[in-house]
Amino acid sequence: MDPHPSWRQRDHLIRSINKTWAMLLEVLPLILGVILLTGLLLKLLPIKAAAGWFGSNDMLDAVIGALAGSISAGHPATSYVLGGELLSNGVSLVAVTAFLISWVTVGSIQLPAEALMLSWRFALLRNLVCFLFSIVIALLTVFTLAIID
Amino acid sequence: MEGKRAKTRFRSLHFLLLVIACYVIAWLYDSRLALDILGFSGGLLYKLIPALFLVFAIIFLSNLLIRPDWVGRHVGKDSGVKGWLVAIIGGILSVGPVYPWYALLKDLRAKGMRTALIAVFLYNRGIKLPLLPLMIHYFGLAYTIILALYLTIFSLLAGVIMERFGDDENTC
Repeated sequence: MDPHPSWRQRDHLIRSINKTWAMLLEVLPLILGVILLTGLLLKLLPIKAAAGWFGSNDMLDAVIGALAGSISAGHPATSYVLGGELLSNGVSLVAVTAFLISWVTVGSIQLPAEALMLSWRFALLRNLVCFLFSIVIALLTVFTLAIID
Repeated sequence: MEGKRAKTRFRSLHFLLLVIACYVIAWLYDSRLALDILGFSGGLLYKLIPALFLVFAIIFLSNLLIRPDWVGRHVGKDSGVKGWLVAIIGGILSVGPVYPWYALLKDLRAKGMRTALIAVFLYNRGIKLPLLPLMIHYFGLAYTIILALYLTIFSLLAGVIMERFGDDENTC
């Protein structure tokens, strides 16, 4: 039987606050850095010029779509709007799908943050896997949709 | 642990200073453009603040309430099928930008969360529940359902690959 349970609870509370504070100090500069970098890239890179990058070959379009989505950043809603516009401008559904998936799964801009938090090995491999999967899933989605239709 | 934390803090500051240096270069090149970008980034930060509060509140609660044995049972080495389900649902339900979530995942990893489940969680963040109506509007219901299903299935595959090859503790 613990004679001082409230002391132990208070110690645990203080330890939890200290741990959270230490984590905040560790992560805050990183988050600020990523936001500043995102703003810089979004303003300087011509994201909307992406429409001109696509051709007519499905496989190549999927690769280009995945590449474009990988280097893009911003709210996912932007990718849906942009994807919808690309589709209505004649870009293939495979390319648009790969673009949408890599936009939300590959994080090239967040890569330094992910690497510092979860290791470079983890971050690089995860992003590579996500990039390749975005191409495969795009092809499978369009193929499945064609079968259903 | 403290040494590792100090090292990460130093690297974070280093990264921030590097980005600030980019802004200084942009300012020297075109001061109005640099200020415009800074204002834009300020807007991004403003939108992020609620999500930051939410994530740090979760981290605090996780430090207060979650013990390593809980992590072991739910998302640890012995969590089994339940762990995969927790990671999938957690990823789909997680909101806001990804950066604050890295901090939570790092914390849970230190408490014993499986590498595979971290990968599954991050992959399922690709399914944006609040944005599904917008996706249906642009691409249709069938497309949205098929894509969400494939994303979930492939997240499991990504988890397996990441645990085999992406874990620093594993040799391959």
